[in-house]
Amino acid sequence: MSDNPQSRHDAVVDELYAEAVHWEINTGEETIHAKRVPGKWRILKWLASLVWVPFFLGPYLRWDDRQAILFDIPNRQFHLLGITILPQDFWMLSLLLLFFAILLAVVTALAGRVWCGFFCFQTVWTDVFTWLEEKLEGPPQKRKKLDQGALTFTKVRIKVTKHTLWLVIGALTGISFVAWFTDAYQLWVDLFRFNLGATAVVTILLFIAGTYVLAGYLREQACFWLCPYARIQGVMVDNTTAVPTYDFHRGEPRGRVKKGGGEAQRTTGDCVDCNQCVAVCPTGVDIRQGQQEGCITCALCIDACDAVMEKLDRPKGLIRYESLDVLNGKEERPLYKRPRVWVYSLVLLLSLTGIGYGMATLDAIEIKVIHSRQPLYVLQSDGSIQNKYTIKVLNKLTEDLQVTITAPDVEGLVLVGADEPVTARKGMVTARTVFVRIPREKITAESQPMVFFAETTDSSGELLVSKRESVFIAPR
Amino acid sequence: MADNNPFPGENNTGHIWDDNLRELDNPPPRWWMIAFWASIIWVAGYGILYPMIPGLTGYTKGIMGWTQIGEYQEGVAEVEKVRGEFEAQLQGMTAKEILANEGLSSYTIASAKVLFGDNCAACHGSNGQGGPGFPVIADDDWLYGGAVETIEQTITNGRMGVMPAHAKLLSEGEVDKLAAAVMSGNPAAEPLYMEKACFACHGPDGRGMQALGSANLTDAVWRFNEADQQASVKQTIRHGVNDTSDPMSRAAVMPKFGDRLSANEIKKLAVYVYKLGGGQ
Repeated sequence: MSDNPQSRHDAVVDELYAEAVHWEINTGEETIHAKRVPGKWRILKWLASLVWVPFFLGPYLRWDDRQAILFDIPNRQFHLLGITILPQDFWMLSLLLLFFAILLAVVTALAGRVWCGFFCFQTVWTDVFTWLEEKLEGPPQKRKKLDQGALTFTKVRIKVTKHTLWLVIGALTGISFVAWFTDAYQLWVDLFRFNLGATAVVTILLFIAGTYVLAGYLREQACFWLCPYARIQGVMVDNTTAVPTYDFHRGEPRGRVKKGGGEAQRTTGDCVDCNQCVAVCPTGVDIRQGQQEGCITCALCIDACDAVMEKLDRPKGLIRYESLDVLNGKEERPLYKRPRVWVYSLVLLLSLTGIGYGMATLDAIEIKVIHSRQPLYVLQSDGSIQNKYTIKVLNKLTEDLQVTITAPDVEGLVLVGADEPVTARKGMVTARTVFVRIPREKITAESQPMVFFAETTDSSGELLVSKRESVFIAPR
Repeated sequence: MADNNPFPGENNTGHIWDDNLRELDNPPPRWWMIAFWASIIWVAGYGILYPMIPGLTGYTKGIMGWTQIGEYQEGVAEVEKVRGEFEAQLQGMTAKEILANEGLSSYTIASAKVLFGDNCAACHGSNGQGGPGFPVIADDDWLYGGAVETIEQTITNGRMGVMPAHAKLLSEGEVDKLAAAVMSGNPAAEPLYMEKACFACHGPDGRGMQALGSANLTDAVWRFNEADQQASVKQTIRHGVNDTSDPMSRAAVMPKFGDRLSANEIKKLAVYVYKLGGGQ
């Protein structure tokens, strides 16, 4: 390099654009037909996909006379096995969401985009869709030829079969989704009688369209350009994260295998530039350029590379799960020395504890006491002071309850309107207005605590109690 | 352009600045184009189904015949239908029967809240807490009685109790004495109470008479409650209530609602007032 300013400028420009060559900007102009090769990771991927089986089968499980898991939106209830969770308990949902958000973070920090590569519905559905495509249309080369070929009867037959199957999967997805929100068996009955509600029909149609377009056409484009999590997870990965990595120390300089050439006088690295890793990649990236935005860390390139290495009698693991630090000769930092692991684990533990606490203390009945604000108190003709309260009795059980309301044992206190028990309807909030009167001379403060108790027994004879503190307000 | 393009074969538009900064003619991403065309189809479909394009004399109505006011009216009709079932039940019931039914009285209280706000709250306060010169109706002190039928009657026909002005009949000293007696809570102990015929309306024991609407002078609740209660009592004794011969007389009129509200609405209001806290 000379000291001439012009040539230095040119050198900077060259360097800049040399980098640009490696930018993988896949705008979906060309459909990616990834090759499918068998292997360890391929099997693992199918196993991981099984987490979606409960999504399809879960709604058909029963508990007593109703669905075991049911998000009953019209009645604002969530049934989980024998437990009914009402909106009042939904603070637990925020902890659950926190748990999964942090789980995503910790897994990504340790092993890359595991969610994207193995579990995400976009990945799993696309995988199933392309599997069908391969079964019907054959391997990638054949598929490309079919796409470009003339419109023959065979082509129409294959294409119609494929699209019909895709739509059926979409419909099953939609129906399964809806089945979590309404009685699953009744849903099928209504479906066959063409008697579905508008919400169900629209939801199912949207799912069919969404599944068809996202898994059938957009595929990796969704990960590249639509999905925010793909980007968020990118920032969670660091040098200690184990991700599918090409060992460039071992692989470079890459070079084709020469026939008859002995291993001894080989001057190239282990990479034979066979491009198998690119051919199997569902997002069409080249892992040899390093970890990049398009890589969903599905590890299928590892299978492909290992198969080639095995055939060539070279050691496996040219592409393997490895962190950048280890690849560059640094020692692997143990888990307990990573502050992130500690912080994430702590948050996970806290949210789990919160959910556990919430589930363990789910009360069958719960009362809320609303003190009337205007007027705060009313003077009665005998000189006593009256306060008005609205008592809301929440009954989470599946049976109506007769709930007795009592007030604390204050001298001279009269509780009006609670002589008869409140009939708390099942799964609902029942309100009752009560009045508390206290003789003026017995009142000790302008505002004194007033605890209400609700008591009932359920059909099995178990005593259920709930209490709630409010105030009694009197003039100065 | 094409002949002297320094970066051939990369699909640029030929617009080049600063030697190498050039505008490429790349297609937008596939998903973007799908969304773009889908939006156009959506707009076309929407235009066919729904009102869309304004014109000089109207607008395109759309084949669904949907209108905003129509949707509103449907919503109103739906609410009316739900209420209708309750209203039909209320129609044939007396206020007392409604009070005996917890579900129906809950409905009545909820639906009469608006009626109370429109017709009663201006004087009696939003929750019956009363106002300057206007009685509290959330307590248990009733001039005419706190039975639900009586409340119904009060709303239907209105009330206008009269207490004559005594400024010309009593000396200042007598007014002071009577006021002090009323303040003590036992006016009957004062000889003047009998002598000046206060008992005729307020009763021999000073407890008032609900048939007349005369105030109970022995309880803790004041009909005309003011900061200086003694002065307030004196003012009432001197100038009376609703006495047309005395221009300083207190005005205390409950207007008649029988010709403004339907019997059913009044019945609901009576239940509402009864449940404010002092029904008897």
